[in-house]
Amino acid sequence: MATFNIQVNGRQQQVDVDPDTPILWVLRDHLQLVGTKYGCGIAQCGACTIHLEGTAVRACSLPVSSVGDKPITTIEGLSEDASHALQEAWREHDVPQCGYCQAGQLMSAASFLKSNPNPTEAEIDAAMEGNLCRCGTYNRIKEAILTAAQNS
Amino acid sequence: MTLIKTKHNRRSFLKVTAASGGGLMLGFSWAMSCTPADKVGEIPLEWFDINAFLSIAQSGKVTIMSPNPEIGQNVKTSMPMVVAEELDVKWEDVIVKQAPLNTDVFERQVAGGSQSLRKGWQALRMAGATAKQMLIEAAAKKWNVDKSTCSASLGVIAGEGGKSVTYGEIASFAAEMQVPDEVKLKDPSEFTLIGTDRGNVDMEGIITGKPLFGLDTYKDGMQFAVVLRPPAFGTKLKSYDDTGAKTVKGVNDVIRFGDKVAVLANSTWAAMKGKKALQAEWDNDENLESTNYHDRELRKLLNTKAEEPKRKDGDVNKGFSQADKIVEKVYEAPFLPHNCLEPMNFYAHVTPEKVDLLGPIQTPERTRRQVAELLGRDQSEIFIGMTRMGGGFGRRLYGDFVLEAAEISKLANSPVKVIFSREDDMTAGTYRPASKYKFKAGLKDGKMIAYHLVGAGVNMGNATREKNFPAGTVANYLVESHNLKSNITTGAWRAPITNFLAYAEQSFFDELAESAGADPVQFRLDLFQQAKDNPVGTVDYDIDKFMGVIKLAAEKANWGNPDAGIFQGFSAYYSHNTYVAEVAEVIMKKDTPVVTKVTCAVDCGIVINPIAAKNQVEGGVVDGVGHAMYGDFSFYNGQPQQNNFHQYRMIRMKEAPKVETHFVKSYNDPTGLGEPALPPAGGAVANAIYKATGQRFYKQPFMKDQIVLG
Ligand code: FES
Ligand code: FES
Repeated sequence: MATFNIQVNGRQQQVDVDPDTPILWVLRDHLQLVGTKYGCGIAQCGACTIHLEGTAVRACSLPVSSVGDKPITTIEGLSEDASHALQEAWREHDVPQCGYCQAGQLMSAASFLKSNPNPTEAEIDAAMEGNLCRCGTYNRIKEAILTAAQNS
Repeated sequence: MTLIKTKHNRRSFLKVTAASGGGLMLGFSWAMSCTPADKVGEIPLEWFDINAFLSIAQSGKVTIMSPNPEIGQNVKTSMPMVVAEELDVKWEDVIVKQAPLNTDVFERQVAGGSQSLRKGWQALRMAGATAKQMLIEAAAKKWNVDKSTCSASLGVIAGEGGKSVTYGEIASFAAEMQVPDEVKLKDPSEFTLIGTDRGNVDMEGIITGKPLFGLDTYKDGMQFAVVLRPPAFGTKLKSYDDTGAKTVKGVNDVIRFGDKVAVLANSTWAAMKGKKALQAEWDNDENLESTNYHDRELRKLLNTKAEEPKRKDGDVNKGFSQADKIVEKVYEAPFLPHNCLEPMNFYAHVTPEKVDLLGPIQTPERTRRQVAELLGRDQSEIFIGMTRMGGGFGRRLYGDFVLEAAEISKLANSPVKVIFSREDDMTAGTYRPASKYKFKAGLKDGKMIAYHLVGAGVNMGNATREKNFPAGTVANYLVESHNLKSNITTGAWRAPITNFLAYAEQSFFDELAESAGADPVQFRLDLFQQAKDNPVGTVDYDIDKFMGVIKLAAEKANWGNPDAGIFQGFSAYYSHNTYVAEVAEVIMKKDTPVVTKVTCAVDCGIVINPIAAKNQVEGGVVDGVGHAMYGDFSFYNGQPQQNNFHQYRMIRMKEAPKVETHFVKSYNDPTGLGEPALPPAGGAVANAIYKATGQRFYKQPFMKDQIVLG
């Protein structure tokens, strides 16, 4: 075990874990931040997407030892009061079915919109390629991203 | 307006009590069927089980406790809407709670088969209407007036002379009233809430990352358990060495149970690492089956005469001998894993006093029985709580992972959460069975005069739906089915049987229409018309509804007159009491077909929550298209050959067509919606790709035919 100081959603956290522990399990098992989901463990489904220094990364494939002092944002920290333009758009389009993939979808979309505030549909397709939705809510996700882009 | 009885033989479907903290609490039976009590002789006892509650607090807030687990079909939102409609309250004042299976009063919880709304519809309406009537009667009594002079709307009861009282104010008094023997249901044309778009009641939790799912269960003292299972169907554990596993930091214990070995640790990661460090040897004790074995055996069966036909009208051989054209095709489908995005998992805490279980399961009652049997405990000591589920698709009807959790907890004498890795989830599944179908049809002067279907599936029982279309439309009709027994675990998968049967049938009809020189839509309509005018044997589907969706889809998609560059394909299917027709559109992009849009027409009775209902249709279509194109799963010597998403391809955003949904306007009782949009989707797409490329697909996934789909 080793001690790591990491910054999550603006707060400094200390955890005592094996260096190879993916940040996904540090968040879930050690910091009670369970919004970040496990779906595949090999960076294929996007359910575990978080932001590292504002950029979307797959938490299942990111060992805690490689995080250093780069700030992490999880779905719990996407906005203070669930008022992110994407969260609003998710409500408007009633996006989720089972809901399991949605935190990862939101985090991927949020990081993407920051770099491309006015995307085309094809650009959204490309950016969201790494996020699976087993329930097939892709069309709503896409529409919600377009709505959020318009409203922000 | 309909009057329905709330009692049968002095037994009531409803019970009233005072709510704790004041107010009215009404318990009701979810299983109460749609049939009026006086129309049936014997009413099953379970119809009287009180298993759902609605309470009206003094604040006027209405809480509806739904016993039905949410797997993503929106039951947790749509069902309470039905109660609120009859009760006549503002939707904003309704709070929905998921009820656990932990008292004797919550029973018969099951989600699956698109049946939740269908079964609950009448019960939910009755509960809402009864509470409303009791509130009105309470107000009338208080005012000392006749109840007919009072009316209720949006949570307020009004009497003559401007008298008014809110539900909350009168609720405690209403709790002292008798449950009326008979209540009035609204006429569907009076509905104001049903038929309007209402957002998912769990939306806030989902978009802010709140713990909702089974995997989000964390309890004091809980250990994390990851299990090593036999790597191939047909093998069992010979021996294992846990030396390496025990050196992994955080691993507390390694426990064998049956042919499995559980690693218990104080974190998920440590348990996963511990499992990887286990060394095990396996014995073969049964056949080790491979995909080529299944293929060979199923093909053999397709050419075998069944002992008993499933249905026989006329004489197909005579029909074929009179035909001027015969079309015969074989369609093949692989096994499929469910791949719920939330892998299987469950929490268990077995103590001498009781057994606490919590997690995502669609069949808590059946599972409770199985756990009781496994542990040798009384069912009354077993409590199952249900979480939201990260997808079901049939997988969570099977409680294997609950049994594992219970057994491990007992052996470890500790609370545990069993977690399947994705690899565990994909390789220890209850798969959609592999199946094959052979269709043969005889045409004479462009009319179908003989039809013969042979189905063969792995552990499928009857692989056909012999009563479905085209039964009734053709004079000579024969359906046969064969079963191939296997040690691979198989089970229900979204729209069981029909998820592939519909594909095969609707692709075949496209070829048939072509051979007959007919338009595919008109070809089907002519057959239905024939069945209407001159049915052959019994017809177990509603011909008018079937024709209705076919015409609606054709009209909305501008069938037969697509814009330049667009190729259309048609498909229609009836399953789970719902009729669906779909038109797929394909364009060519640099010699590659791209599915751009699917237009759906759906008759599922009254639509309760359109925004959610459309979501189900969209998801069903995307699921159907995705698995038809990409879903491939195989076995070699009993071992699954795909174990994660790098090897098992699933449809992604850029491959998902747009979906346009049109519901037939209907006041009929609601029917299933979680599944019926899936079966026709693959066929519509395949038929459109054929128009665009001239290529037919006889095997799923289409990808195997070297087609690259953009
Ligand atoms: S769990 Fe990280 S991408 Fe799937
Ligand atoms: S909503 Fe179920 S996986 Fe996306």
